Amino acid sequence: MHELSIVMGIIKIAEDHAKAAGAHSVDEIELDIGTLSGVDMESMEFAWTQAKKGTMLNNSLKKVNSISAKAKCLDCDTEFDIKNYYDACPVCGEHLISILRGKELKVKSLLVS
Amino acid sequence: MCATCGCGSDGKTTFFLIDKDQQHNHSHDHVHTHNHGYVHDHGHTHDHQHINEKKIIDVEQDVLHQNNLLAERNRGYFDAKHILALNLVSSPGSGKTSLLERSLRDLKGELEFAVIEGDQQTNNDADRIFATGTKVTQINTGKGCHLDAHMITHAIQDLKPADYSVLFIENVGNLVCPAMFDLGEKERVVIMSVTEGDDKPLKYPDMFHSSTLCIINKTDLLPYVPFDIEKAKANAKKVNHYLEIIEVSCTSGDGLPLWYNWLRSKVLQAETI
Repeated sequence: MHELSIVMGIIKIAEDHAKAAGAHSVDEIELDIGTLSGVDMESMEFAWTQAKKGTMLNNSLKKVNSISAKAKCLDCDTEFDIKNYYDACPVCGEHLISILRGKELKVKSLLVS
Repeated sequence: MCATCGCGSDGKTTFFLIDKDQQHNHSHDHVHTHNHGYVHDHGHTHDHQHINEKKIIDVEQDVLHQNNLLAERNRGYFDAKHILALNLVSSPGSGKTSLLERSLRDLKGELEFAVIEGDQQTNNDADRIFATGTKVTQINTGKGCHLDAHMITHAIQDLKPADYSVLFIENVGNLVCPAMFDLGEKERVVIMSVTEGDDKPLKYPDMFHSSTLCIINKTDLLPYVPFDIEKAKANAKKVNHYLEIIEVSCTSGDGLPLWYNWLRSKVLQAETI
């Protein structure tokens, strides 16, 4: 359940930025989460509901941009979508791949008041 | 990072430097003092409307940023003192502590070691390591499912590993959560055993993807278990093509020289930035 650590990290980042801007509440929070980031969205929702209580994000709307993973075959240079680390290149069948995107885990923006 | 290690809440993370003379024990405790140099005086009433202004803030900050900063700080400390820090990860029961015990005894006198043990509860593993004559600190994470860089920063303040030593960090037994947290280690070593499924790398790909060495332990049990070692290795390679794999048995000693040679080669490797 590392998602609780992740959620608490998100709340801290949001509160720090909101306080620095002189705001008293976070109305919306936008997150980028890659499909290979290692975050289980169901666990995150559960942790989110509990962790935001009593914080500046208590009533905030959470928007998650799911970033689908993409890899490049280091053998034949093909770029392709992947679901798992062990997906093979659809052209040459090799597993020697480099992850181009899908590991994102960041707070993108806030709407505060 | 207080949110992660619990030190901002009620001091759930505890550290025990195992020492026969004195039992050092601390838990995190933050004291916030508020010092108001003036007296609030609300003797009048406000009679105006606050305007509810909304503002967009572009944050663009990695959620693990704070952990990663502390990990880099740990890494700098290790580099400066020529300490080889290794993060050992696995599911519970793969034989991490047995591998450590055997390695510490076999290489005693050749290499200097220090160990950080991570478990939710008990000092059991730290006591086993202490019995080998090695400096060891136990971190009890309470309900926490992984170690993070902040915990390691505190642990090394107690442990003070010697210059040119090898620091083993035995993470909490869990193939999922520790994968996300850089501790500042030089290498991540994932350990699996033949009593587990040979599809472990496919089931827990993050851990195998982020490790540089995979040790397959308990090979002496291969005749008794339906574990296809070639399939396991192929699965691990599918997840991480660069992964090195060493097969060992801590009971029979088979393969241990390969592991020791790997360790020696890493100790000798010069730091490059």
